[in-house]
Amino acid sequence: MLRIENLSVSYGARRVLHHVSLTVENGELLALIGPNGAGKSTLVRAVSGVVPAQSGSARKNGTNLLTVPASERARIISVVPQVASLPPAFTVWETVLLGRTPYLNFLGQVSAADEGIARQSLQRVDALDLIDRRVGELSGGEQQRVLLARALAQSTPILLLDEPTSHLDLHHQVGLLELVRTLAHHDGLAVLIALHDLNLAARYADRIALMVDGRVRALGMPNEVLRPELISEAYHLPVQVIPNPLDGSPLVLPNSSQK
Amino acid sequence: MRHRLLPLVWTLAFLLLAVMLSIAVGSVFIPPSDLWLLLTGNISGSLPEPLATYALIIVSIRLPRTVMVALTGAALGTSGAAYQGLFRNPLADPYLIGVASGAGLGAVIAMSIQWPYSFWGLMAIPMAAFLAGLLTVFIVYSLARVGRTVPTTNLILAGVAFGSFATALTSFLMLRSSGEIRRALGWLLGGASQSGWMPVLGILPYLIIGLSILLLSGHALNLLQFGDEQAHQLGLPVTRAKTIILVAASLATAAAVAFAGIIGFVGLIVPHVMRMWFGGDYRRLIPLSMVGGAAFLLVADVLARVVLAPQEIPLGIITALAGAPFFLWVLRRSKNQGYW
Repeated sequence: MLRIENLSVSYGARRVLHHVSLTVENGELLALIGPNGAGKSTLVRAVSGVVPAQSGSARKNGTNLLTVPASERARIISVVPQVASLPPAFTVWETVLLGRTPYLNFLGQVSAADEGIARQSLQRVDALDLIDRRVGELSGGEQQRVLLARALAQSTPILLLDEPTSHLDLHHQVGLLELVRTLAHHDGLAVLIALHDLNLAARYADRIALMVDGRVRALGMPNEVLRPELISEAYHLPVQVIPNPLDGSPLVLPNSSQK
Repeated sequence: MRHRLLPLVWTLAFLLLAVMLSIAVGSVFIPPSDLWLLLTGNISGSLPEPLATYALIIVSIRLPRTVMVALTGAALGTSGAAYQGLFRNPLADPYLIGVASGAGLGAVIAMSIQWPYSFWGLMAIPMAAFLAGLLTVFIVYSLARVGRTVPTTNLILAGVAFGSFATALTSFLMLRSSGEIRRALGWLLGGASQSGWMPVLGILPYLIIGLSILLLSGHALNLLQFGDEQAHQLGLPVTRAKTIILVAASLATAAAVAFAGIIGFVGLIVPHVMRMWFGGDYRRLIPLSMVGGAAFLLVADVLARVVLAPQEIPLGIITALAGAPFFLWVLRRSKNQGYW
């Protein structure tokens, strides 16, 4: 369980997170939504220790993740970043093995057990056939799966994903989110995922947190958060919400902003 | 395991060959057969001529020079690989953040003072170069710092700016001074001008510390290739790791520059050639660049001694003259185009 309490973050004089409190249960998939600049990525970066927090805490059991050393934190929290520029010369196997870093000495010597875990992680994301390829040759969807495998190789109880679907096509978006949902429901991970796509969030998340201007504006089940008045106000765009004919989850349809 | 060690075996064999060449070739050529005799035969007792002369030449002139050049090459190759990994920039070389310009300034300042012709007088110039090189790293690092982090772009920009400043001051000092200009110029172009074992002992402590740390940094450098943020999320204390690697690489560079002048190209091309041939894993690349740098600079030094014999060409000229075409040849032939 990840318990974020009263977390505030500033970039210089500009405060981007205001006293954010959130709890992600084990086995739960919590989606963070909100307009650009609302602080979704900052929340992920603060909880993973990349940007310093002004105040507040992020706890797993009794441990405050914001104050422990990087290697200890990396045994509790793993992060799937947005696909950025990966070093193209690394092979998939080398990349995924780096996920074992928090358990290795500074020389990075891996044991047979580490290799076994890395192999299982690759199998889990269905990327075992890519093992000898270089990451520079992979498609965006394949790279994202490799990054997820690397996070799984960290064997952490908490998984954070920062807009992992933004560079993927529809097929890969759905594939990735189904896998992530399985990791929460079946493997019992506490999963926090920042998402742009409201309808994917509605369909796959157990709960949704709507962030606006660095604050949690609404938190609850998809049909509690994805209400037309909340979304319209947050995104400055009139929207309609109708039930998804497939499963009844809320479906957000933007109206044209031009009347 | 054998497959992983094979590249290192190859480069070590090349290094051994270069060492032999460097000991055998010079104003007096020592035939390989005599070299073999000296190596295997008992050195105790009186040696027949010309073996006795050869032994004297080897022990007091060739061997110290060979060791010196090999150490310099190893330092430049290794720190070049480390800087490229640290800055994630294929154009990075040991001189990028101003170490060489700073060291050059220190040396020229020391040369403008008339030192007595004694041991400390002779050691003053390399010492000044070394201290100025380290001071440069310290200044550049402080200038580039933003809060707790040191962004790479800041570091490179501060290094280039400070380097230009130091170079300008060096040129100014050289214009103003008189007698020592030739010596300063020779040093700046790269020449192992000091001889004997004393300089070797002088640079050894810095090199051992710097190179040992870099040899242990391969895994950290691998992680840093994914960017500071991901490296941190994978459990690397990024700021500390980067600082340690930067200081170690600069220590090695400053020591090399202090005693051998500015030798361009070695730190740039040796890591690239190794990367093209043997892949980008820094745990392998660092030791390979160390051995490869030593071997490459030894061959260049042999050329510097024989091409215009009895006159010696500054090493820096040879490394660029021979190194650039060699590098371009490897670059063209490399099937491994996406290697970086």
